[in-house]
Amino acid sequence: MAEHYLNLAIKSICVENMALAFFLGMCSFMACSKKVETAIGLGFAVIFVLAMTVPINNLMYNYLLREGAMTWISPSMAEVDLSFLSFLSFIGTIAAATQLVEMALDKFMPKLYTALGVFLPLIAVNCAILGAALFMQQRDYTLGESVVFGVGSGIGWLLAIVALAAIREKMRYSNIPAGLRGLGMAFILTGLMAMGFMVFSGIQL
Amino acid sequence: MKLLRNVLDKFAPLFEEGGKLEKLFPLWEATDTFLYSSGSVTKSPSHVRDALDLKRMMVTVVMALTPCVLMALYNTGLQANLALDPAAVGDLTGWRYAILDLLGVGYSPTNVLACLIHGALYFLPVYAVTLAAGGAWEVLFALVRKHEINEGFLVTSLLFPLILPPTIPLWQVAVGSSFGIVIGKEVFGGVGMNILNPALTARAFLYFGYPGEISGDKIWTAIDPAHALDGFSGATALAFAKDEGVAAFSQGGFFSLNLTDGHLSWLESFLGFEPGSMGETSALACLLGAAFLIVTRVASWRTMAGIGVGATLMATVFNLVGSDTNAALSLPIWWHFVLGGFAFGAVFMATDPVSSAFTDKGKWIYGFLIGLMIVLIRCLNPAFPESVMLVILFMNVFAPLIDHFIVQGNIKRRAARNAA
Repeated sequence: MAEHYLNLAIKSICVENMALAFFLGMCSFMACSKKVETAIGLGFAVIFVLAMTVPINNLMYNYLLREGAMTWISPSMAEVDLSFLSFLSFIGTIAAATQLVEMALDKFMPKLYTALGVFLPLIAVNCAILGAALFMQQRDYTLGESVVFGVGSGIGWLLAIVALAAIREKMRYSNIPAGLRGLGMAFILTGLMAMGFMVFSGIQL
Repeated sequence: MKLLRNVLDKFAPLFEEGGKLEKLFPLWEATDTFLYSSGSVTKSPSHVRDALDLKRMMVTVVMALTPCVLMALYNTGLQANLALDPAAVGDLTGWRYAILDLLGVGYSPTNVLACLIHGALYFLPVYAVTLAAGGAWEVLFALVRKHEINEGFLVTSLLFPLILPPTIPLWQVAVGSSFGIVIGKEVFGGVGMNILNPALTARAFLYFGYPGEISGDKIWTAIDPAHALDGFSGATALAFAKDEGVAAFSQGGFFSLNLTDGHLSWLESFLGFEPGSMGETSALACLLGAAFLIVTRVASWRTMAGIGVGATLMATVFNLVGSDTNAALSLPIWWHFVLGGFAFGAVFMATDPVSSAFTDKGKWIYGFLIGLMIVLIRCLNPAFPESVMLVILFMNVFAPLIDHFIVQGNIKRRAARNAA
């Protein structure tokens, strides 16, 4: 059992890295990767939101939304299928969790809060987070699996954005052609980084 | 020599500012500094006087690569001649065989000259195409962006053919070389400003772009299977060892020089008499290069030592764990070291001063993680027969991050010391 979870963790961190294998969460990945400190802050916020929302969404999906999920309330509800609401309710959970993170950061780490700016509330629409919830639904993860998957996806995303931020800090000394400065170069770099991450593709434990 | 200097000086005004051919200045400058050291001096502070400039550093690496190049020439020819069925000599057609017949050196694997020439007919075209394709981009960027052309290109363009299999189609060499030079280096601003090693970027691009030619199993020896002896295997020794275990070398599949007992032994693998990418087979040639690079202090011994420690640790752990289904886990470290591109990657690729970590402590960590991951991926990832190239690329991505944390740690320590 432990081996299964380890396998899932490695898969979500390295093999199916949210940022570099699926290219999810690109907007904040590009925008908040100019400084390592900011990137670390955003990365941990994403880990936290993922670790909270994937299991919560899992519970919600399994006990409220999917066909026959509400049989536990009353046997007469075995026919009810609310899965058409899953997008809406997943986003709702994510927005609530983001709000929590935002309030906590504002209170305890005001410097990081200002540095992240609009990208902190925008975690709510970060595709990596909704993506993780939808992967959980599609792959039918159990509660335990969704905890591991949520945390793992977050760690993978953190690794990717922090590495990109360190590279971009170093690239201040590079002499990049004018047309490619900024986002253009970040996109090329993301592609090259994804090539490096392909070293994991195919791993089976 | 004076005459040459005079000629160069005579034409100098043409290329300098205001001259007719001002736009071609980088080309003239490259020719001038390639032949003589630069006469220009820094006009404002600060001045650093050091004999080790970029030119000397790059030429040192080229010199350190000489043993590998010689082995590439010899071993490529040797493998082809060993696998060649003597009965099929008459059927060979193609420009390489026409030249070989013209020279009359024959196809004997014991004839060193025959092997060298046969190998050169594979290596030199690949090298020439790399130089032409990469060089064209290099010159174009230098002319448009007005930066210098320097010897760094010589190193990249020599490393790249050495990590290619001998039978690679030449058009792929051109495509790969272009990708490596443009996307791997020039878009960052040229030599010294790139993040990933350009030669490895080019190789990885070919690997994922054209897997049929690079990861196929019949391509590593420069001979058409139709003309090969029975029982000949076109796989690399590493792929074979991973599938069957080292003991299986004694059952054939590889032709050897009968140095010891008629099958591929550790010693032969160490010396490099096995199929593989052209320059990577000989661990001995790499060690000679490593010694030269360490003595001249061009490459970091810390990175190499880190790789050794990491790989030894991981291989030992795997040997202790063992597995019934995965023969690769029981591969001992001394075989890991001589098979595949391990030695070449550790000596020439990981130590690239631009794409590796800058700090001393960072180099240890960077090397250690490379060594660890090489063995890890080799043993656990069935998708790739070899991992060295991709692992080094992967760690290139993380090298700036390692440096960042080391530097931050240093700053904190110093601040604490000054506060006390």
